[in-house]
Order: sequence, then structure tokens, then C-alpha cells
Amino acid sequence: MSAKKIKRSLFEPKIVRRALLDSVGKLNPVYQIKNPVMFVVETGSVLTTLLFLHALITGRGEASAVFILQISVWLWITVLFANFAESMAEGRGKAQADALRKTRKDVVAKRLSKPARDSGVTQVPSSGLKKGDVVLVEAGDIVPMDGEVIEGVASVNESAITGESAPVIRESGGDRSAVTGGTLVLSDWIVVRVTASPGETFLDRMIGMVEGAKRQKTPNEIALDILLAGLTIIFLLVTATLLPFSIFSVKAAGQGSPVTITVLVALLVCLIPTTIGGLLSAIGIAGMDRMIQANVIAMSGRAVEAAGDVDVLLLDKTGTITLGDRQATLFISAPGVDEKNLADAAQLSSLADETPEGRSIVVLAKEKYGIRERDIHALGAQFVPFSAQTRMSGVDLNGRQIRKGAADAVEKYVQKQGGTFPAGVRAAVDDIARQGATPLVVAEGPSVLGVVRLNDIIKGGIKERFAEMRQMGIKTVMITGDNPLTAAAVAAEAGVDDFLAQATPETKLKLIREHQAGGRLVAMTGDGTNDAPALAQADVAVAMNTGTQAAKEAGNLVDLDSNPTKLIEIVEIGKQLLMTRGTLTTFSISNDVAKYFAILPAAFVSIYPALGALNIMRLSTPQSAVLSAVIFNALIIIFLIPLALRGVKYKPLGAQTVLRNNALIYGVGGLIVPFIGIKLIDMLITALHMA
Amino acid sequence: MTGNDILQTVLYFGALAVLAGPLGLYMARVYEGAPCGLDGVLGPLERLFYRVCGIRQDEEMDWKQYATAVLIFSAAGVFLLYFLQRVQGALPLNPQKFGAVTPGLSFNTALSFVTNTNWQNYSGETAMSYLTQMAGLAVQNFLSAAAGMAALVALIRGFKRHSANTIGNFWVDMARGTLYILMPLALVYSLLLVSQGVVQSFGKYRTVDLVEAGNYEIPRLDAGGNAVKDANGDPVMEKAKVTRQVIPLGPAASQIAIKQLGTNGGGFFNVNSAHPFENPTAFSNFLECLAILLIPAALCITFGKMVGDRRQGLALLAAMFLILVPLTFLCAWAEQGGNPHLASMGVDQAASALQPGGNMEGKEARFGIADSTIWAAATTAASNGSVNSMHDSYMPLGGMVPMLLIQFGEVIFGGVGSGLYGMLIFAIITVFVAGLMVGRTPEYLGKKIEIFEMKMAALVVLIVNALIKLGTAIAVSTKAGTAGIANPGPHGFSEVLYAFSSFAGNNGSAFAGLNGNTVFYNTIGGILMFFGRFWVIIPVLAIAGSLAKKKQVPAGLGTLPTHTPLFVVFLMGVIVIVGALAFMPGLALGPIAEQLMYH
Repeated sequence: MSAKKIKRSLFEPKIVRRALLDSVGKLNPVYQIKNPVMFVVETGSVLTTLLFLHALITGRGEASAVFILQISVWLWITVLFANFAESMAEGRGKAQADALRKTRKDVVAKRLSKPARDSGVTQVPSSGLKKGDVVLVEAGDIVPMDGEVIEGVASVNESAITGESAPVIRESGGDRSAVTGGTLVLSDWIVVRVTASPGETFLDRMIGMVEGAKRQKTPNEIALDILLAGLTIIFLLVTATLLPFSIFSVKAAGQGSPVTITVLVALLVCLIPTTIGGLLSAIGIAGMDRMIQANVIAMSGRAVEAAGDVDVLLLDKTGTITLGDRQATLFISAPGVDEKNLADAAQLSSLADETPEGRSIVVLAKEKYGIRERDIHALGAQFVPFSAQTRMSGVDLNGRQIRKGAADAVEKYVQKQGGTFPAGVRAAVDDIARQGATPLVVAEGPSVLGVVRLNDIIKGGIKERFAEMRQMGIKTVMITGDNPLTAAAVAAEAGVDDFLAQATPETKLKLIREHQAGGRLVAMTGDGTNDAPALAQADVAVAMNTGTQAAKEAGNLVDLDSNPTKLIEIVEIGKQLLMTRGTLTTFSISNDVAKYFAILPAAFVSIYPALGALNIMRLSTPQSAVLSAVIFNALIIIFLIPLALRGVKYKPLGAQTVLRNNALIYGVGGLIVPFIGIKLIDMLITALHMA
Repeated sequence: MTGNDILQTVLYFGALAVLAGPLGLYMARVYEGAPCGLDGVLGPLERLFYRVCGIRQDEEMDWKQYATAVLIFSAAGVFLLYFLQRVQGALPLNPQKFGAVTPGLSFNTALSFVTNTNWQNYSGETAMSYLTQMAGLAVQNFLSAAAGMAALVALIRGFKRHSANTIGNFWVDMARGTLYILMPLALVYSLLLVSQGVVQSFGKYRTVDLVEAGNYEIPRLDAGGNAVKDANGDPVMEKAKVTRQVIPLGPAASQIAIKQLGTNGGGFFNVNSAHPFENPTAFSNFLECLAILLIPAALCITFGKMVGDRRQGLALLAAMFLILVPLTFLCAWAEQGGNPHLASMGVDQAASALQPGGNMEGKEARFGIADSTIWAAATTAASNGSVNSMHDSYMPLGGMVPMLLIQFGEVIFGGVGSGLYGMLIFAIITVFVAGLMVGRTPEYLGKKIEIFEMKMAALVVLIVNALIKLGTAIAVSTKAGTAGIANPGPHGFSEVLYAFSSFAGNNGSAFAGLNGNTVFYNTIGGILMFFGRFWVIIPVLAIAGSLAKKKQVPAGLGTLPTHTPLFVVFLMGVIVIVGALAFMPGLALGPIAEQLMYH
């Protein structure tokens, strides 16, 4: 699959322009109050603006008007920077939403009076369709609404949704019955029962999600918000009580002047965690955006967060761990049967079998014994397709009845014909199963001819991915319909931690519940309707876009590429999101230490000149010290926008190592960086004679 | 610093570390209801108590019931203690015939002792009858300590249990904590103290002739008891001569044992453990000082044992040690350095065989620098508040150490129970930030830390912070508040800041120099002590209830380990940075300014 991924550079000019405009609009206090930290900054900006006007008009301000103005301007800039960060993150989503919206056209639908193709057709606009209506969609029509195929089969171009231009087959019954509104039917016709009301279609929800229109704060985000609000109130108390403290100290010392409101506001803004407060929502939106970049639509922000927490990954063997198709690698004939006869019979039974396994048998027969491909129709043979009842397929040819299938199915078949299942074949079957391969027994009438060994081909690089998962503390469980012996062998070869053999929807659901009861978070992928209960139960459920409507409804993430390995990427994106929050919080709080050393001596040096000793950065004047701290505080937001949008680099290492690395970079780094930054800004300010 | 300072400090913390282990394991057995060795003796007493009070031992409470029980029990304690003080004049065991304590002071004292603060605006030997001391103050010394431990144990159960609605039975936790832990320990301690000469008597105060009569000056008082001032505003002094001395007695040893063990700190006599009858010898000093941190340290071990991972408790204990030990050395260093003003006058402040050297102002000669500074650090690290030297007379930096230790939120050891639950709140906050940094939603001891826990944790940190700052701000901005300040300049500010830190942190030690027995300080102090205690206990119990309901997440490779040195360092960083950031401006105007002014 080569999905067209929409990669955007971080600062695409169009997005930046729109973000700049948006960030001004977001100054609206009604909007800001949702973010307590930035609301405090905005209040401070208003307050200092008023103080500036007071100083300007009366000429008797608490400090020089120029100084107050500079502080005020930088506080406004701080708010704007934070708004800009959020708008940048949103902008990337909006661009994607616009592209999707283009595909949502109002089309004319052919509504059927009865759920049958030949019933009467009424032309209605697609927006007039209701849930439960039945429509006919023919070649060249656009599917008017999400629905389920109840009759017919058609090839559909779903590139509008998935970016994948190769057409897919949609047919009634089975796991490929879902069609999405906005996709184009290329050939044939289908009768579709509408399963969504207007405005609630998959496309609508996707647009809503990527646009952030329905974005709600996730639980972890709220918890972090509470911590940040708590810190903000503490620092509000620190600065508010500093006024009476300094008034008292002026009296006690008999000199100096109390700290000014302007300096207090500056101190407050520097102390409250503006870095993380300003970037928090951008981080959340960017997390969703990274999912979109990976062609995964998150139906809720919560799902992205939960992805970081996943403890157990349930992975389907076929398609995820192994290549979708098994390959025939060996013929083992029954005692007394010529191997070539076996190969011949196997080839005949597989000629009309279009499955990859069937084709691989034909190929192996040719490679090993030079048995040419024959035209099954020319031979007058009748193909017996695989059915769930017989669990065999084969061919009836000139009175010969050749069948191939699982050992127990073939055993039943030959016994019914009066034959016996030879012990030698039984041994070969067990042997193959133990090797992790699949035995396919071939029989003709009552006699067993032998076994074909089908091997699973483990995907390249998957073993390394699982090792990484283990490093991250995530347990991988392989889900397969195979028998336990085969499953164990494949599991060992692929390096998964555990497996569930002979899986049924019920055993899958049970396994998920067991893990959840033990307090673990479970992630899984699925596409079929019978996966839906398990998907609904799993904490992180990735539905394949090719899957049924039921599966997509049950999942909280939809993978547009329908790539089962995507789950691993999703987990990484989730972890990155949480890590970015944690590291920027640490950084933000560590920053405060340096700011104290800049502002406190500046604020109190007139009362107790001895406190000048705390000015360890040797900032030139009290005014420049305060201003430098405020400017640093604003600029750091802009510097960190790329980090917030891209996320902290994630490496699959143990928690201990990750914590050590991040604590060193963002904790210790956060202590040191502002000392350097503030000093540099102070030097610049002094050189420019700004304060 | 002298070799003696270092030796004493090492000896003290060494003994503490050695004793914390066995006591901690013993306490875990007590609270888990397991046999603990004293069942034969105390078991019948315990069962009798349950029968008499109608307590069903196996009936458990959810967090709201538990919190209600704590509040009702404490309220009852406040009322009883208040009335006991008000009517003590009519009650027996009052050989000095003390009258009723004033309403304001009774209110302050009642709240002070029930909240485990033991701030004292009175002098024990001139205000409280023996009955009030024993049946009122000493009883609350036991009960407030047991209540703190009960709240901690409830929180531990919150971590330990999963998918549970209840967090234990408050009455049973109170009974077992008092009966099996505090009483036996206090008994042993009392006897040891008596052996050193601490008084234990119901006798009347003695009046004796002084060996040498003393001459001194006292300020002249007017009819209202206020000092008469001259034209310059200085008090008018008059000569006085003293030939006799009153020696106070009382049942002191029994009360001092629990005052130290239960991190109460309320002295039997006014000068607390600086008094020779409370703390006569170097050995009694060592014992009492050890008692300050003994239970708080041991509770860390109890915690580890009860949650099933001893390393978790050791990690918290390590964080406490690693913060306290350097600060103790800093305090000793500041004090041993002496006073530069005295040095400039040519006073010899060097340690020698004949003198301990350093800043001996306000310190007992029999203790010297090391024993005074270790005590000062320990008593403020724990929310004990007893003193054996006057913190007001410390060098600015030396005095800042005790103040900072209170302002860290009384979590470095802290009060019995209350210190560790405070520490666990900080651990929750640390886990939240550190947990995010490893890319998982945070969990501590297998419990997810979510919105509710963060709300409550933020509330706890916020409340103590707000109480200290708002209280100080009100005091320095009002006449009533500034009237009590005795010293000029930054030192006066330090006195007020210290007092409010002590109220809100439920410490109870005073910087002295501040006249606290006024309507203003009695009232605001009482209110602050109340909020500082119960507005912390309630959110803590709420967290306990919420955690108990949660599922247990098994630890994996991706889980943040919370017993490693890295986590300990991170935790220390959070405590120190939050404490320092919140109080740095205040400290800058107090001790830091004062210290820098010396140079």
C-alpha cells in the first residue's frame, strides 16, 4: 500500500498567516478564561496597560511610563505567543479538514422504496436521507451517505477518505460491507442501507475531530491543568502578599520604596508556569495532528492519551505479524504414495483456488516436479470452493474427488468414505504444526495422499519492533485461529510475549477482560463485525478503514491505511504526547529559579541594598533585570513551539532511563538555560538603552 | 563547624536510622491488626474499650465516614480542653490555685493541642493546673498524635486496597495506635527521663533562697500593667533585687515523653526543653531529641511494609534524610561561625576546651551549639515545635533553617502521621510530573493519579501556603499584628513569618520575640491551626477513598519506578523547589536580607 500521506512542513506559510490572525482573535477574555494560566497573564497585561496610561496621563506613575509600557507590551506578546502556538497546531488540522470538506458534496441519491434493486427509485438530495433509507448506487455515482451494502458488489474508489487510489471491493454480507459517504463507485452497483443521519457521518466526525471543533480536554490534561492552576494560585499569593510584606519592610528598614505593581505583575507572570500553560493545548492538538499525519483518525483525544498507557497489545497474526499469505514449502506424501502424485493432486485441487495459499501450491508443484499449470475448464473439472461447513476445498474431475483441508476435516471426510487416516500422515501433520507451519492434508476419495506444508512468513523487522515494545514495558499477544502448536511456534519465531490460539470473538473478549481486570490497558486492531465486541471492550481500539461499519463504530481510532502494524506507531504517538507535557512542565517550573535571582534583588534592593548580592547574573539595572526576565519568559514560548508541535523525541527505553534523560535535559537544563538567556537579553537591552 | 558538631550529628541520625526499622515494622503489625507481642497484656484492655464504647471492630468506614469521625472526635477534644481550662480553678490537683484561663487563650490552646500544633501563648508553670496539664494537654498529646497516624494509615490502605469502598475504622485505628504504640513508648520514655532528673510530682512549688542575691532592672508598670514610657518612648526602668526563687514542680516527665514522641512539642514549663526540669542532662537531651523524629521516621518503614514494598518506604525516608542532614549541618555551621558583630568587638567565639564557641546567645550552656542546632532542625522538620534553645537568637541563616523546614510543608519527617501523608501528597505530585515524562499517565504504587487526586493534592499544598502568606500579610498590615513585634528590621519580619509558618504547619515552635498572647494572635493563630490541620486531613482522606476504589495497575518496564535514587532526587527537587519558590520572596525580606546585611 502506498497511501498518500499529507506531510506538512512545521511552519507552512499559509498556516502561519492564518495562525497569526487567529492569535489576535483569541485575546478575547471569554476564550482565555479556559486556560487559567494564560488568563492571569492577560489580566496582568490589562493591568499594566492601565498603569502605563495612568503614568502617561498623570505623569505620576509608580514607575517611568516607558518601563511600564515595555513590560506591558511583552506581557501582551506572551499571551499572543501562546495563542499563536495553539493556532499553529489547530491550523494544521484545519488544513486537513478543508481537504476533507471538499469531498463532502451534496449529491443526488437514488432512494429505493423497498430494499431491492428493481423497486421504484426516487431522486432525493443526500442531505434529505435518513437513517434506515435504502439507496441504489451505480457505477459513476458517489455514495451519498455512510451505509451498509445489503445487495450487490461493486468496486469503490475510497481515496477521498484514505488517500489510497486503488479501488476496493464492497459487497453485501461479510466484513467488506461498509461504504463511506463521499466515496465513488467505479463499477457495478450496490444497494446500500443508510446507517448514519446527516451531520453524523464518518466524514463529518473526521472533519470535526481534525478541526478540533469537538476537542474536549482529556482527563490527563485536566489533571495537569489543576496542578498548573494550583501553582498559579500559589504564585498569585506569593506576589499579592509581597506588597504588604514590602510596605512593612520599608517601614522597618526606614528606607526604600515598596515594590511596584508593575514589578509584581512581571514577577507573577514569570513565576506562573506560562511555558507549559501556553503550550498545553497546542501539545494536545499536535498529538491528534500527528495521528492524522500517520493516517489515523482519533475519535477522541482520550484515545490518543490512552495509547501512551497501553500495557498489552493484541495483534492479529495474519497481516500483522506474518505476511497475509502462507506459502507452500514442502510436499510430504503418505506411506506408499508417490510424492509426485501428491503434488499433482494438490496442484489440480488448487488450480481454481485463487487464495495465495492455493497459488503457492501451484507454484511449488511446478518448481519441484515441473507440473505445468493446466486449464481447469479444459479438463472439465468442477471446482469445489471452501466452505465453513466442510472446511475443505477441492476439485471433482472425471470421477476423481480431490480435497484439501485441515487435518481433522479431511480425516472426517475420508472416514465417511470408508477410508482411514494413516498414522504416518498424522505424525507428519503434528510435526509440521510443531514447526509453526500449517499442514494441509490432501485426499482423493477415501485415501489420504499426503500433506502440504504451508509456512507463515514472518514480516521483516517485526521481531525488533516487539523487542522495542518489551523495552517500553508493553506485552505483545498474538491472536490467531491456528492450533496451539502452530501458534506457539510462530509466536516464538516472531518474538511475541504470549499468544491466543484458536481464537474466537468470545475468547478474544475474555482475554481483554482478563487483562483489564488485572489493571492493564489493552490495545487491539480489528476489522470484522465479529471483532466489534472486542474492539468496544479494548481501551485503545484501532479499526481498519476497510473494515465493517460495526468495527469502525466500536473502535476509537480508525486507521485509514488499514495497516495492522500501525498500532505500534499509535502507542509511540500517545507516549510522545504525555512526555511532551511532562517535560515542558518540568522545564517551566525549573525556569523559575533563575527568574527569582533576576527579579527579587531588583524589587527589593532599594529597601535592603544588601540584597543586591543576590543579583548573581550581574544584570545592569533593576529595570533591565525585570524586563529581561519577562522577555525571556515570552520568547521561550516561541522557541518551544516546534517542540510542542513535533513532540519530544521518543526512544523505546525503560522508564528509568527515559526519566533520567528527560530530567537532565528539561529539569537541569531548565535550571541553567534561563540564567544564560536572561543575561544575554539584559546585555542586549543595555546595549540598546531600552532600560 | 567543630568535630563535636559532626560527631553529634552523625550519632543522632545514625541512632534514628537504626531504631526506625524495628519500630516501623512493629507499627505495621499494630495497624494491620496482626499479633504484635503486647496482645497478651493490652488485648483485654482493647476489647474492653470496644465493648464499653460500642465499637464494632470489624465495621469499616468509607472516607467520608472516616473524616467525619476525625472531625467529631477532634471537635469534642477542643470543647473538653476549652472547658477544662475555663473551670480549672474549681477542680482538684491545682496546688498553686490557678484561676480560669482567659477565653481567648483557652480557645487558642485548645485548638493548638488538638491540632497537634502545641503553640503556647501561656506559661505552663504560671497558668495551668496539674489537672489541666495531665487530663487536658497530655491527653491531647496522645490523641492528636494517634489521630494523625490514623489518617496516615487510612491513606496507606487507600494505596494497598483495590476496588474497595472502605479505608478502615477510625476508632479502631485510634485505639490501637494509642494503646499499642504511644502508651508503651511513652511509659518507657517517662521512666528514662525521670532517671535523668526530670520532675514528676503533684507537690506544691517550692520557694528557696538564692545562693547569691541578684540585682536587676525592671520596667515600671502603670495600673493597667503596661510599661511606663519616658519622653523618648523608652520604658522607665527601676531597680529591683531578688533573694528568693520559686521552683515549679509538676507531673512533667509523663507529659514530656509524649510531647516529644507525638511531635506535639508543648512544654510543661514555659521555656520548654531548655528548662532544667524538662531536660536536665546531655542524655535526656539525646533521648528527647531522638523522640522527636523517631515515630515519623519509623512510619516510613511502616508504610513500606503495609504497601508490600519496603523500598517504597525507604525511598521516602531517604528523601527526608537527604534534605534534613545538610540543613542541620548548615544550621550548625551558621551558629558555630559566631556573630560577626561580636567578633568585631574582639569577643573570642572560637570553640575550645573551655567554651563551645559560636553564637551561644539563647542557647543552654549544657547543650552547646551541636545539641541546640540538631534539636532546632529536628523539631521544625518534624512538626514538633519543642525547643531547647531560642530560635529568635540564632544567626539569620541559622534561624532560616528551622523556618524553611516548616515552610517545606512539614513533610521532612513532619508530624506523626501528618508528616508522611504530607510527603505522600508530594510524592503524588512528583509522580504526576515524572510519570508524564516517561510517557504514561502517572501512577503511584499501582494507582492511577487522575483528576480527583490532583485536585486534592493541589488543595493540600495550596492551603498551607495560603494560610502562611495571608496570615503574615494580615499581621504586617494591621496595627494589632505589628504591635506584637519586638525587633526592628528584617528580624521583626522573620518573627511574624515564622509564627504564621508555625501555625499553619501545625509546628508550634515560636521564634520568640513576638508577643502572641493578644486577641489578634490568639484568634488568628487558632483559626490557622485549625485549617492547617483539618483542611489537609480531609483532602488526604478523600484521596485515600478515591485510591481505594481504583484498580491496581501491575508494574512493568514502562512504569516509573518510585523506589530508585533517581526518583528520590526528583522528589527532593519538587519539595525544595516548590518550598523555595513559594517562600523565597518572604525569606529574602527576612533572614536573607538580615544575613546579607552582616557583610
